[in-house]
Amino acid sequence: MPSLGASFGRGGATTFLQDLQNSDCIVIQGSNMAECHPVGFQWVMEAKKRGARVIHIDPRFTRTSALADQHVPIRAGSDIAFLGGIVNHILSNDAYFDEYVRAYTNATFLVRDDFQDAEELDGLFSGYDEASASYDQTSWRYAGGEDDDGDAAGNTGHAHGEAHGSGGPTIDPRDIRTDPTMQHPRCVLQVLKRHYARYTPEIVAEVCGVPVEDFRKVCEAVVANSGRERTTCWVYSVGWTQHSTAIQYIRGSAIIQLLLGNMGRPGGGILALRGHASIQGSTDIPTLFNLLPGYLPMPKAADHETFDDYLAGIRDPHQKGFWGNADAYFISLMRAWYGEAATESSNWGLDFVPRISGDHGTYQTVLDMLDDKVEGYFLLGQNPAVGSAHGRLQRLGMAHLRWLVVRDLNMIESATFWKDGPEIETGELETTKIPTEVFFLPAASHVEKSGTFTQTQRLLQWHHKAVEPPGDCQSELDFFHVLGQKLKARYADSADPKDRAVQAVTWDYEKDAAGEIGDAVLREISGYGPDGLVSGYLDLKADGSTASGCWIYSGVYADGVNQSARRKPGQEQDWVAKEWGWAWPYNRRQLYNRASADPDGKPWSERKAYMQWDGEHWVGPDNVDFVKDRPPSYRADEGATGPAALNGDDPFVMQADGKGWLFAPSGLVDGPLPTHYEPAESPVDNALYRQQGNPTREVFRRKENPMQPSGSEPGADVFPYVFTTYRLTEHHTAGGMSRWLPYLSELQPEFFCEVSPAHAKERGLEHLGWATIVTARTAIEARVLVTDRVRPLQVGGRTIHQVGLPYHWGVGSNAVVSGDAANDLLGLALDPNVHIQESKVASCDIRPGRRPRGEALLRLVEEYRSRAGITIETGQQRLTRKRMAP
Amino acid sequence: MVPPAHFTSYYGRPVLKASPWTDDIPTYLFLGGLAAGSSLLAAGADLTGRPGMRRTGRLAALAALTGSFAALVHDLGRPARFYNMLRVAKPTSPMSVGTWVLSGYGPFAAVAAAGELPGFRWLRPLGRPSGVVAAAVAPAVASYTAVLLGDTATPAWHEAHRELPFLFVGSAAAAAAGLQLVLSPTSETGPAQRLAVAGAVLELAAEHRMERSMGIAADTLHEGRAGRWMRTARALTATGAVAGLGARRSRLLSSLAGAALLGGSLCTRFGVFEAGQESARDPRFTVVPQRERLAARG
Amino acid sequence: MTTNPALDAGWVDPPPRKGFFTDTSVCIGCKACEVACKEWNAVPDDGMNFLGSSYDNSGELGGSTWRHVKFIEQPPVDLGMPSTSLPGSEGTKSDFRWLMSSDVCKHCTHAACLDVCPTGALFRTEFGTVVVQEDVCNGCGYCVPACPFGVIDKRIGEGVKNEGLAQKCTLCYDRLHDGLTPACAKACPTESIQFGDLDELRERAALRVEQLHGAGVPQARLYGEDPDDGVGGLGAFFLLLDEPEVYGLPPDPVVTTRDLPQMWKRAGLAAATLLAGAIAVFGAGS
Ligand SMILES: Nc1nc2c(c(=O)[nH]1)N[C@H]1C(S)=C(S)[C@@H](COP(=O)(O)OP(=O)(O)OC[C@H]3O[C@@H](n4cnc5c(=O)[nH]c(N)nc54)[C@H](O)[C@@H]3O)O[C@H]1N2
Ligand SMILES: Nc1nc2c(c(=O)[nH]1)N[C@H]1C(S)=C(S)[C@@H](COP(=O)(O)OP(=O)(O)OC[C@H]3O[C@@H](n4cnc5c(=O)[nH]c(N)nc54)[C@H](O)[C@@H]3O)O[C@H]1N2
Ligand code: SF4
Ligand code: SF4
Ligand code: SF4
Ligand code: SF4
Ligand code: SF4
Ligand SMILES: [Mo]
Repeated sequence: MPSLGASFGRGGATTFLQDLQNSDCIVIQGSNMAECHPVGFQWVMEAKKRGARVIHIDPRFTRTSALADQHVPIRAGSDIAFLGGIVNHILSNDAYFDEYVRAYTNATFLVRDDFQDAEELDGLFSGYDEASASYDQTSWRYAGGEDDDGDAAGNTGHAHGEAHGSGGPTIDPRDIRTDPTMQHPRCVLQVLKRHYARYTPEIVAEVCGVPVEDFRKVCEAVVANSGRERTTCWVYSVGWTQHSTAIQYIRGSAIIQLLLGNMGRPGGGILALRGHASIQGSTDIPTLFNLLPGYLPMPKAADHETFDDYLAGIRDPHQKGFWGNADAYFISLMRAWYGEAATESSNWGLDFVPRISGDHGTYQTVLDMLDDKVEGYFLLGQNPAVGSAHGRLQRLGMAHLRWLVVRDLNMIESATFWKDGPEIETGELETTKIPTEVFFLPAASHVEKSGTFTQTQRLLQWHHKAVEPPGDCQSELDFFHVLGQKLKARYADSADPKDRAVQAVTWDYEKDAAGEIGDAVLREISGYGPDGLVSGYLDLKADGSTASGCWIYSGVYADGVNQSARRKPGQEQDWVAKEWGWAWPYNRRQLYNRASADPDGKPWSERKAYMQWDGEHWVGPDNVDFVKDRPPSYRADEGATGPAALNGDDPFVMQADGKGWLFAPSGLVDGPLPTHYEPAESPVDNALYRQQGNPTREVFRRKENPMQPSGSEPGADVFPYVFTTYRLTEHHTAGGMSRWLPYLSELQPEFFCEVSPAHAKERGLEHLGWATIVTARTAIEARVLVTDRVRPLQVGGRTIHQVGLPYHWGVGSNAVVSGDAANDLLGLALDPNVHIQESKVASCDIRPGRRPRGEALLRLVEEYRSRAGITIETGQQRLTRKRMAP
Repeated sequence: MVPPAHFTSYYGRPVLKASPWTDDIPTYLFLGGLAAGSSLLAAGADLTGRPGMRRTGRLAALAALTGSFAALVHDLGRPARFYNMLRVAKPTSPMSVGTWVLSGYGPFAAVAAAGELPGFRWLRPLGRPSGVVAAAVAPAVASYTAVLLGDTATPAWHEAHRELPFLFVGSAAAAAAGLQLVLSPTSETGPAQRLAVAGAVLELAAEHRMERSMGIAADTLHEGRAGRWMRTARALTATGAVAGLGARRSRLLSSLAGAALLGGSLCTRFGVFEAGQESARDPRFTVVPQRERLAARG
Repeated sequence: MTTNPALDAGWVDPPPRKGFFTDTSVCIGCKACEVACKEWNAVPDDGMNFLGSSYDNSGELGGSTWRHVKFIEQPPVDLGMPSTSLPGSEGTKSDFRWLMSSDVCKHCTHAACLDVCPTGALFRTEFGTVVVQEDVCNGCGYCVPACPFGVIDKRIGEGVKNEGLAQKCTLCYDRLHDGLTPACAKACPTESIQFGDLDELRERAALRVEQLHGAGVPQARLYGEDPDDGVGGLGAFFLLLDEPEVYGLPPDPVVTTRDLPQMWKRAGLAAATLLAGAIAVFGAGS
C-alpha cells in the first residue's frame, strides 16, 4: 500500500482491530467489513456498545450497513470527491487539530514555486508529459532543496510507489522551508485549501450522488469525534484499492486523519483491511515482481548495476528515519539468501538478483502470453480464470502457454478452462487445438501444514499442522524446497555465469520432528548475527555479519522463541494483547504511536492516553514506535542522518522528514494530492475538470481489450449503468475454497445481480428471473435479486442505476456450484502506482432474460460494440482534452 | 376486537411444519375407523344372531386393521423400528396411547376374524369373547385418532379438537355400516342401516359445528384440495344418509348408500388431513389467531 | 427462577439449565453459526436452492438445517418489495433496516415434540435441553406437526445419513458433556448467540433491552424469556427488534399438550357415543 507508505512511512494498517473498541466514530468506506472481516467486526460492535458512531459509505446497503448508524449510498468510483469534500469542510471551518497538524504533519512546509495544482491546470498537476502519460515530479517537491542535483532523491521521472510498504519515499529533508504560521500561500496547508476549495457539499452531491444533508452529517460526525478527547478511525479495503485512482482514495483518508489528529492515537488511525489470510504477508515477503522482502525494491536493469546505485534508489543519504539503514536490511537479506557468497565483491549479493526491466505484473504477463512471449506459468493458490479482471483475457492467454502448473486444493477453473471454459462453448477455443499442457499438483491446505499467516494488522500468527495432507498433497514450502534442491543439483556443475545465483543460494533447511522446515525458515527470516539469533532489525549490520530474510520481521524469533506462536488468551493480558502472536515491526500494535502524546510527551488527554514520556522512556501499553529513550525535547544534530536525525517530535519514524504527509512531494506517480477523476469507464463526465480519468493510468490498446466510451462521448449511452463487484460472506474470492464445499455453496448457490426496484422496473427485470449483463468484453447471465439495498442515485441531474455483482462464480464442471463470472465483464485499466486493476467499477447494460449460447453470444457483444462505435482507441485516451501546455 | 386487516410473515413461509405424513395417514384414519365400526357391528350381529353380518364385519375389521397397520408402518421413516413404539407407554403421546389401544384391539379383532376363515376353525370358540373385547376397545380405536391430530400445533387440527372425535366416530360408524350395506344380506342390515344414518348425521353435524368453532382455520376446509375433499365428503355422506333411509327396500339403494358412505368417510379423512396440512403451510392460520389471542388478552 | 424441566424429567441433582440468549440486534448475518453447526454435527447440506429471500437461501429450520439465519429487508416505505410484507405496521419508519436473526430449536420448557414422541426418542437432558436419540427414533414424524415453532423435521434426501429420522439442534449435547460451548455460539463473532445458564442469560437479556431502550431502540423486546408463556418459556430465547412474526416466529406459541386432557375427555365422550349408538342400533327392533 504505497499510499499509506507515502503518507506515513509504512504500507500497513496503522492500527489494530482491537483498538477499534476505543474509537468514538468509525467510518467504513470501501469495505464491507461485516461480510468480509466478520471476526474483526466484533470490535466495531464493541465500540458501538460503548457509544461510538458507525458510518458505512458504500454503493450498496450491506450487512455492514445494517449494523451502522448511518449508511451513505455512494456512486462507485467517486470517493475522492467525497473525501475531498470532507477535507474542504475541515479546512473551511478551521476544524483541524491545529497543534497536532503543526507539530506532526508537513502542513507548514513550503512547496516549490513551480508547482501547479490540478485546480490550475484543469485536472493535471505540473510536470505532465503527454507522450509517456506520466509526471515529472520535480516541481512537487518541497521548497528549499531544489538546488540539489535532480536525482539526489532518486525520484525525478517516475518514483515508484510500490517501494513504500515500509519506509516512505526518498526525499532530502535538509533545508526545507517552512512557515510555522501556515499562512504562506505555498505552504502545504494553503495548497491543500486551494486544492479542495471547490469540493463543496453541492459538488459532492453532484459527483457522488450523496444528498447534501447526508454528507454534512458525516462531516459533522467525524469532526465532532476528533481532537484531543475523541478519535475517529477510517476503515477501508478493496472497495477503495481496485480503482484506476485507488492509491489516491487512501491518500484522501490519510489527509483527513492527519488534519483531525487521529493518527498514532488510540481509536484512531487508518485500518487497511487486507485480503485473504496472509495477503499482508504476501506483500511483506512479496509475491510481487517489483519488491524484495521488507519492501526493498527489486533492482532495475540499467539503473542498478552496483550496490551503491541500488542503495541510492532506496534512500537519500541525508534523510531521517529508519529507512536510513536500508543497506543493513538489504545486505542481511542477501546474507540470508546467498550466505557466504554475498560479499562486497558480488555487490553484496545484488549480482545474483534478477533485474526488472518494466512491468512484469500479472496483467502484463497475460498480455505477453497472448503474444507468445511466455512459455510456462505456475499458478500457486490463484484462480485467475475466475478471480482476475478480464477473465476472458486470462483464459485466452493461458491457452497460448506451452505448459501450465496449477497447484491448488481443488480442480479449479484455471486448471480446466481448456475443456469446459466459456470460450469452448462459444467456439473461440477448441480443446484439441490448445497447445498448453496442464499439470495439476494437489496442495496441502493450511490445516495440513505448519507456518505463519500475517494478517491484516501485521500480526504473524503461527498455525500448527492439524492433520497430515491426504494423498499426494504437498505444502508449498516442501514443494519449493525440493524443487530448489533439484535445481541446485542440476546446475551444480554449470559454468554459465547466469547459473551462479542458483549455485550461490543457500537451500538446505533443517527438518523438524514432523519433517517440516517452516521453523528453520522462520528463524532465518528473523535473523542471525555473530551471537546467534538477533532480537530485531536494530541489530542488523551493513557489514555482512548478520543475516535476516526480511528485516521488518526481524525479531519474530527473538530469544529463541517462536514469537508468532504465542497464544496467551486475551483474558490473561491487557487489551493490547502483546503476547498473542507477533506484529511487525518490533511487535508494535499501533504504528506512529509517539503521536498519541503531544509534542512534550504528555497524553493529548486522559481519555486518549496511550504512550507517553516518563522522563526516561516512552511508556504505555504498546511498544513505542520511536526511539525508546529519545526525549520529546531532543533535537538532532545538524548533519545527522537516519534514526539519529529524528527529532523528539518526529513521530513518523520511517518518513524522510519524520512527518505525516498531507501533501506527498514524492512517492506517488499520479499526483501529490488526491483529485477526483472518473473511472476508466463511466457514464458521466467529470464534473470538476475537463480531464476525465486518471491521466497516468495504465491502458492496453489491443483488440482483446476493448474499452467503452464514457460521459458525453458518443456511444456511452449504450452502457448506461454502473456496476460494481464484491464479496459475499458465504464465498471466498474466486470460489476455490467455497464453491467446492456444499456447506458454503448451499448458502449462496447461484450467481446473482443486485438491482434496485426502480432499475428492475426500468429494464423489465424480474425478481428471481434472469438478467444478461453486457459490456464491450462479453455478456454474462445472473439471477435477479431485486432489493432496496441498492438505491438509484441522483448524479449530475440524472438518475444513475448501479448493478451489484458478487464475483465468486465461474464456469467449470468440477465445483459444487458454478455460474458466469463477473470478471469476464471487465476490461483492463490499471492504477499506475501498483498496477492494480480497476475491478470495482465499470459501465454496462443490463437486460432481462438469459444470455445467448454459443456463437450467438459473440454476435450479441459485437452488436453492442458496433452500436457504441468502439474501436481500439475508444476509452484508451489518457489525456482526454487538449489543453494549454502547462 | 377487530381482526387484523393484514398479517406479517417471513417471506410467506410457514411458521409451523406441516406433518411429514403422506396419504398413508388419512388412509390409516379411514381404515382404522372402518375396522372399529366393523368390530362393533360384528359383535352386535353375533350377539343378535346375524351370522352374515357377523362374518363380514369380523373379516372387514381384520382387513381394515391390516391395511391400517400397513399404512401406519409404511409411513414411518424407519419401518423396521416400529417396535420402538412398544418399548414405552406415554400418556402424553396420543400415538403411544393409540399404539397400545391398537395393540389391545388388534389381536382380539384378528382372532375373532380368523375363526371365520377356513383352516382356523379351531379358533371359533374364541370368536365371541374376542369379538366382544374387540368391540369394547373399538370406540377408542375410532376416536383416539382425533386426539392424534388434535394434539399438534397444526391449526386446523388443533382448533378442531373439540369436535373432531365426534366427526371421526361418526365417520367410522358411517363407513363401517356403509360397508355392511354393501356386503351383508339385506335381511340382516337393519342395525347397519340405522348406524349408517346416525353416523352420517353425526359426521355432518360434527363437521358443521367444528367449522364454527375453528376460527379462521376453518377456511382450509373450504379451499383448495381440502375444500374439494370436504365438499365431496359432504355430498357423499348426505347422499349416503338419504339413500340409507331406503336401504332395506332395495339392494341397489343399499349398495349405493353404503358405497357413498364409505366414500364420504374416506373423503372426510382426506379432507381433514389436507386442511391441517394447508393450515400449517399458510402462516396466516398461525399468526392471525395468535395475534387475536394476544389482543384479547390485552 | 423457573421450574427446571430436568428435575421434572426425573434427573437427580441436575446442573443448572443451559440455554441460549440470541441477541439479534448484533447479528451480522455471517452464517458462521449455520456452518459451524453442520461441521460439528455432520449435518448434510440441504440442497442448492436459490430462494432470493434476501440473502437467505436455507429457507427454514429442518432436518438438515439446525441453525438458520434469517434476513429481513425493511424498506422505509413500501416500495413493493418482492416477497416480504411490511412488518411493524404501526408507526412510520424513517430508515431502511436489514434485520438478521439466527434461529434454532427453542428447547421449550414444555416441549410438545417431546411430549408426543411415541418412542421416547426425544428426551429431556440433565441440562434441561431436548434431544432426539437417532438410534431410537423410528421416523413416525409426530413431533413435526407438534412443535409450535416448526423446528423439528424428518431428514430428507436420498441416502443421506439418518434419512427419514427426526432431527434438530441438540444444543450440542456432546459438547456440553465435555464442558464446551455449543459450536454455533463458539463460532459467532459478535456474541449474538450467547450460551450459558438460563437464569443468568435472562438477567443479561433484561439489561441489554434496557440498554437498547436507552440508546433509542424502543423496538427492542425479548421473546420467549417469560416462564409464564404458553410453552413455559424457552431454553433458547431471543431479543428481537420487531414483532415475532416478522421473523417467522409465532406471536403466542402454546404447547399443544396443554389441551390434551380436554382432548381425551372429548374423545372418551365420542367413543361412548359410538358405543351407545352401536348398542342402540341393535336394540331398536329388526
Ligand atoms: N467472506 C469473505 N471474506 C473475505 C473474502 C471473501 O472472498 N469472502 N476475501 C478476502 C479478501 S481477498 C479481501 S481483499 C477482502 C476484501 O474485503 P472488502 O473490500 O470489504 O470486500 P469487497 O466486497 O470486495 O468490497 C467492499 C465493498 O466495496 C464496495 N465498493 C465498490 N466500489 C466502491 C467504491 O467506489 N467506493 C466505495 N466506498 N465502496 C465501493 C462494495 O459495494 C463492497 O461492499 O475480504 C477478505 N475477506
Ligand atoms: N471483480 C473483482 N475481481 C477481484 C476482486 C474484486 O473485488 N472484484 N478482488 C481481487 C482480490 S482482493 C483478490 S485477493 C483476488 C483473489 O483471486 P484469486 O487469488 O485468483 O482467487 P482465490 O479463489 O482466492 O484463489 C486461491 C486459490 O488458492 C487455493 N489454495 C488455498 N490454500 C492453498 C495452499 O495452501 N496452497 C495452494 N497451492 N493453494 C491453495 C484455493 O483453493 C484457491 O483456488 O481476486 C481479485 N479479483
Ligand atoms: S474466515 Fe478466517 S480470517 Fe476470515 S474472518 Fe473468518 S476467521 Fe477471520
Ligand atoms: S422448539 Fe419445537 S422442537 Fe424445539 S423443543 Fe420446542 S417443541 Fe421441541
Ligand atoms: S419422529 Fe422420532 S423423535 Fe419424532 S416423534 Fe417420532 S419417534 Fe419421536
Ligand atoms: S447448539 Fe449445536 S446442534 Fe444446536 S444449533 Fe448450535 S451447533 Fe447446532
Ligand atoms: S454467527 Fe452470530 S453474527 Fe453470524 S449469523 Fe450467526 S448469530 Fe449472526
Ligand atoms: Mo484480496
